Amino acid sequence: MSFVLVQVIIGGLLLGAVYALFSSGLTLVWGMMNIVNFAHGDFVMLGMYVAYVVYTLMGGGPLLGAPLATLVLATLGIVVYFGLIRDIMKGPMLAQILGTFGLALLLRYSVFWWFGANFLSMPPNIVGGTYAFAGLRIEASRLLAGVVALLVTLGLHLLLTRTSLGSKMLAVAEDQTAAQLMGIRPDTMQAIAWAIAAGATGLAGALIANFFYIVPTVGETLGIVAFVTVSLGGFGSVPGALVAGLLIGVIESLSGYLIGAIYKDIVVYVLFLFFLWFRPQGLMGKT
Amino acid sequence: MTLKQVTRLLCAAAMSSALVSGATAQDKVVKIGAILPMSGGTASIGAHAKAALEVAMDIINNAHPELGSLPLAKNAGLAGLGGAKVEVVFADNQGSPATGQNQALRLITEEKVAAILGAYQSGITLTSSAIAEKYGIPFLTPESVAANLTERGFKWFFRTTPIAPDFVRIYDEFLTDMKAAGAKTDSIALVHDNTEYGTSVANTIASGFKEKGRGGVIDIAYAVNATDLQAQVLQLKEKKPDVVLMISYTSDAILFAKTMQSLDYKPPLLLADDAGYSDPSFIKAVGKLSQGVFNRSSWAVGPSGSPSAIIADMYKKKSGEEMDDTVGRQMQGFFVLVDAIDRAGSTDPAKIQAALKATDLKPGQLIMGYKGVKFDDKGQNILASAYIIQLQDGENYVSVWPKANGEKAPVLPYKGW
Repeated sequence: MSFVLVQVIIGGLLLGAVYALFSSGLTLVWGMMNIVNFAHGDFVMLGMYVAYVVYTLMGGGPLLGAPLATLVLATLGIVVYFGLIRDIMKGPMLAQILGTFGLALLLRYSVFWWFGANFLSMPPNIVGGTYAFAGLRIEASRLLAGVVALLVTLGLHLLLTRTSLGSKMLAVAEDQTAAQLMGIRPDTMQAIAWAIAAGATGLAGALIANFFYIVPTVGETLGIVAFVTVSLGGFGSVPGALVAGLLIGVIESLSGYLIGAIYKDIVVYVLFLFFLWFRPQGLMGKT
Repeated sequence: MTLKQVTRLLCAAAMSSALVSGATAQDKVVKIGAILPMSGGTASIGAHAKAALEVAMDIINNAHPELGSLPLAKNAGLAGLGGAKVEVVFADNQGSPATGQNQALRLITEEKVAAILGAYQSGITLTSSAIAEKYGIPFLTPESVAANLTERGFKWFFRTTPIAPDFVRIYDEFLTDMKAAGAKTDSIALVHDNTEYGTSVANTIASGFKEKGRGGVIDIAYAVNATDLQAQVLQLKEKKPDVVLMISYTSDAILFAKTMQSLDYKPPLLLADDAGYSDPSFIKAVGKLSQGVFNRSSWAVGPSGSPSAIIADMYKKKSGEEMDDTVGRQMQGFFVLVDAIDRAGSTDPAKIQAALKATDLKPGQLIMGYKGVKFDDKGQNILASAYIIQLQDGENYVSVWPKANGEKAPVLPYKGW
């Protein structure tokens, strides 16, 4: 195998880890309350802007920007839950779609109004370097995002399966009334789920900001990838999103290099459709 | 009634009618539609264009004698229409050809605009100008370059910008000069997106280069607004072309610059086809990673006190940005369109169309570096032209070619970061 091919695969894996990172929040919200958050891509965008503002105002770099973006977005998640989601959950599916879609536009064009439409880029910072060894090149910022993606996915998985909080959340997801009878407040659990999901998404945005451009409409570009990743991995499955993200990243990179970049999306989506034909619930989704 | 009283009455009547007619001429407004990407991935372009057209409106609607030879600047409003003011109705194409088409329909049927300017992306100009053609409303594109736009036999379509066949000539002559200066220019890679702009310009350049005896053109296409461009950069790294020609919008141009740095790839000569590389936000975001990139431009700021320098100043005050080629071409196109309306002396579409066809502007009457403005039967400006500029310090482009217009000598090889 040539060096270039190894580089392509490594690039694909790191890219895939990032896809997984910003998809985990989407899959969590779906798993908890059957809501597809169309504003998800714009949560990523907000995380990027928080990281940018933190850096330009305080010179904090990703070490300060990432935790702050997590915090800000987690707060926003709670606000969005109590302000919007709790009410539209009682409505028909259409209300949920339009509600979160409207939220997406509100967020996108608020940022647009405040920051303008210009493309921004993080100034060089602590993770701006590139590691080179044996002819391979790996960006520190992508490596950081990849490692954090693995840790966050693992953490979310453990939280849901190993802690009492996770059990309570799953209980609410399973049967709200029964959970309420056991003394669990569905409202609190769902608000926590939104905080975690939005926080993870904000963290993803802050880390992606280090190697991607920042623009109010970036959520459109990234949001679609998140939806494909989540439906391939299985809606509601956090480990599924990780596997699917890695898979899509590698397939995209390999087909982009071997067949031609213009065809890489076709390859991904054809495989995706083919796969769903046999396993409509996704890689690790519940039937 | 005495004669005196009658005279008074008549005088009063005459005065009031004069006042009324004076008021109507003052109030008369010529509406022009502008279809631009105000949202979507290229929204920064739309925001800049809006500022540029507002500056142009100021120049036309108010007296600006300091702008000398520029038509429409000297007096307030349009002399040909009794001092009527110009008003631009902005419409957002959202980066989608279908939306652009709907906006053209709305501008014509609801806003009753006299003419339309637009629509930045060639793919959207393609659809929206078809509506204008159907309704018989003049449509002028100041910046869309896809060759086929003027090959449709349209009667109401005009284009002021240089287009792909012009680029072939400019790039061919530029590369010939660079070869004479010692650069290798044998193999050329065309990197382009899959939009109307990217594919049509790449195709025209590929076939044009072939005709001129430049073989070995490598074609590298990618999907617009890419999330990742590592595969393309690795392909370039492996094929080692002497010249890489980038045909990309802003988002992808920024991602290419970042990816080239992370994979440590520097082509010996990097040449950009305007578009994203002219966006000031590209320079702010990754200018320092793209030092030495060549770019096509018809804009040069000129000596201080010259009309172009004064306008660049006005634009900077309005938008906070440096004037660039794209907004310059947009402003120029708008001036050409309004000049035609002024000469037509009417908002009747057929008269505007006739005036556009009769347009014959000299270089001294323009803000851009065209050799003039004169349309052929297809509506294409046959005197459009461009320079080559270079981002030598990573902060400001300087014109480097042709030699007669060069502020500095071109620097090779490509420095990058």
